[in-house]
Order: sequence, then structure tokens, then C-alpha cells
Amino acid sequence: MIEIEAPGRLLLGLVTGVLFGFFLQKGGVSKYAVITGQFLLRDFTMMKMMMTAIIVGGAGAYAMHSMGWVNLTIKPMLMGGVIIGALVFGVAMTVLGYCPGTAVAACAEGRKDALMGVLGMIAGAVVYAEMFPWLKSTVLALPDEGKITLPGVTGMPWWIYFAVLAAGAWLLFRWIGRKGYDHGGEA
Amino acid sequence: MNVLNKKRWSPYLAGTLLGVLSWFAFLTAGQPLGVSSTFVRAAGMLESTVAPEHVSANDYFKATKVKLDWEWMIALGILAGAFISSKMSKEEKGEAVPALWAARFGPSPGRRMLGAFLGGVLLIFGARLAGGCTSGHGLSGSMQLALSGWVFFACIFVSGVATAKLLFRGGKS
Repeated sequence: MIEIEAPGRLLLGLVTGVLFGFFLQKGGVSKYAVITGQFLLRDFTMMKMMMTAIIVGGAGAYAMHSMGWVNLTIKPMLMGGVIIGALVFGVAMTVLGYCPGTAVAACAEGRKDALMGVLGMIAGAVVYAEMFPWLKSTVLALPDEGKITLPGVTGMPWWIYFAVLAAGAWLLFRWIGRKGYDHGGEA
Repeated sequence: MNVLNKKRWSPYLAGTLLGVLSWFAFLTAGQPLGVSSTFVRAAGMLESTVAPEHVSANDYFKATKVKLDWEWMIALGILAGAFISSKMSKEEKGEAVPALWAARFGPSPGRRMLGAFLGGVLLIFGARLAGGCTSGHGLSGSMQLALSGWVFFACIFVSGVATAKLLFRGGKS
């Protein structure tokens, strides 16, 4: 039997997901030209959106964490899994033109290629599960550095990171704008 | 004109709202936004209908339990939310073969569908190897200042830019 979580929690997930999908679609990242355009360094929509979300979301999450309201959930730094997985992911994201979340959003826009991508992802999960024992003894057997954070490694307080990120992002996007590299919104 | 009916919002506005949404996720669900494990659970559910013993014996499906959970509803919600958003802005139906792809690989829908399918296979393979996708690692990991999140972010950019330069070399620029 398939396990099902409590209805209240499922409803909460649905509400969160609806807003997530709404913001992704309005932000424009459910389009092939925007995602692939980012990797061609011609459309900086995705990077602007992600950096803003990271700074706003992160500063809030850390502030709430310091008040004891929320727990942080840090994923382990698997030297093999994260690096090799992300390199594969980057290739795939450029070919498909969507990431897992934005592929679902693109399906909602009636994009058939995104639907094929979603079917591919389900097939990919089956392949992954079959290959898991082998992966565990190879790529995933490489060192696991554990659930480490940048403030944990450097000892510098969290707010410095967000201040530097915000200043860096502002300068970077201003420079990109002045140079005329960003053709976002044209596609 | 109503802001909800606009086709595009500034990426800074959309990003700010995503950031605030992630506070909501931390506060109400006790976990950050993520999507990619849903594809594993969906695959497990489908596979369970034909080979239940095979699924229950698999180590990966033991670790990523086949269940209907909060993250599953996130994926369903994205579908609904993006649908509502695109209807409200009267978005034209998306083309099957994106113009950028067609300019390089030709207008064949079959070739695009095959490329998208194989891209999807590799995408989830990479995401599960890394332990998260653009949401779980890229957004949620990076905002928690996790080293894994930033390494993921940097690696997808390096390989994405390299792939884009190789694939679209000689294409329309």
C-alpha cells in the first residue's frame, strides 16, 4: 500500500505548490528560450530570479532560525554525488530547456516537449533506482563531507554572506545591463 | 491592467515572492521547497502497479519511500498554479518545438521530443545523484548557505554554459 501523509499537510503542500507554479510562470522561467538563453549567457532572467530568491529567502530563513522559529535542513556535501550529479544536470537542463519544477510549469502552458521531459524524468527515476546499488559502491562511495554550511566552515556570521551576495548581485546585474548582454524578456 | 493578468513579472519581483514563499514553507512544513524526489515517488508508484515486489525490494525506493507527500503536492500545485497564471495572462499555447531548438536542430517535432525525453532521463539522474534539483539544491540549499547548494549551483552553470556553447555553436545567435 502506498503511504499517504495527513490531509492537512497535503493541502498545505498544494497551496505552497500553486503559489510556486504561479511565480515560476510569471517570472518566465517555464520557457525553453529563457533557460537555454541563460546558459548561452544571453538571457539573465533565471539568474536574477534565483539570486533574489536566495537572498530574500535565505536572510529570512536565517533570521527565523536565530529566533528559534524554524530548523534549517542542510543537504550533505557528497563529493561524488553533488559534483558529478550537478554536471550531468547542467547538460540535461540545457538539452531539455527546463528543470524539474519548471518542466511541470511548462506542461501547464501546453508545451508538449516539457511533457516528454516529465515522462523522461519518470523513466530516469526508474533507471536511477535500478542502478542505485552500483552507484552506491562507486560515485556515492566518494567522500561525504557532511551537512556543512558556509558560515560553519568560515566562522563568519550568516548576515555577512547575504550582504555580500546582495551587493555582488547588484553590481553584476548592473554591469550586465550596461554591457547589453541581457536580452531577457525579448523571447 | 490587473498585475495578475500581466504576462511577465520582473525577475526581481518573482524572485522576492519565491523567497517569501520559502519562509512560508519553512514555517508551515518544516522543510524547504523541493521538487525532484516527487519524480522518484511517481516512478515508484507506477512501477508498483506492475511489479510491487521489485519496488519494495529496491534499496533506493526503500530510502525514498513511495508515498503521497507534501512534496508530491508541490509538483501538482506547480501544475495548477502555472496553469492559472498562464490562463490569466492569456498565454498563447506553447510551441512543441521551441524556436531556439528549431534554429539549430531543425523543425522536426520527433527529434525535439526525443531530445526532451533523453534530457529528462539525464536530468532526474543528475538530480537524484546530487540529492536535489534547481529547487532543492539551487534555491533551498543555496539560501541556507549550504556548501552542497553552492557547489551544485556552480557546477550546473559550468556544465550548462559549456553544453550550450557546444550545442549551439554555428547556430543562430
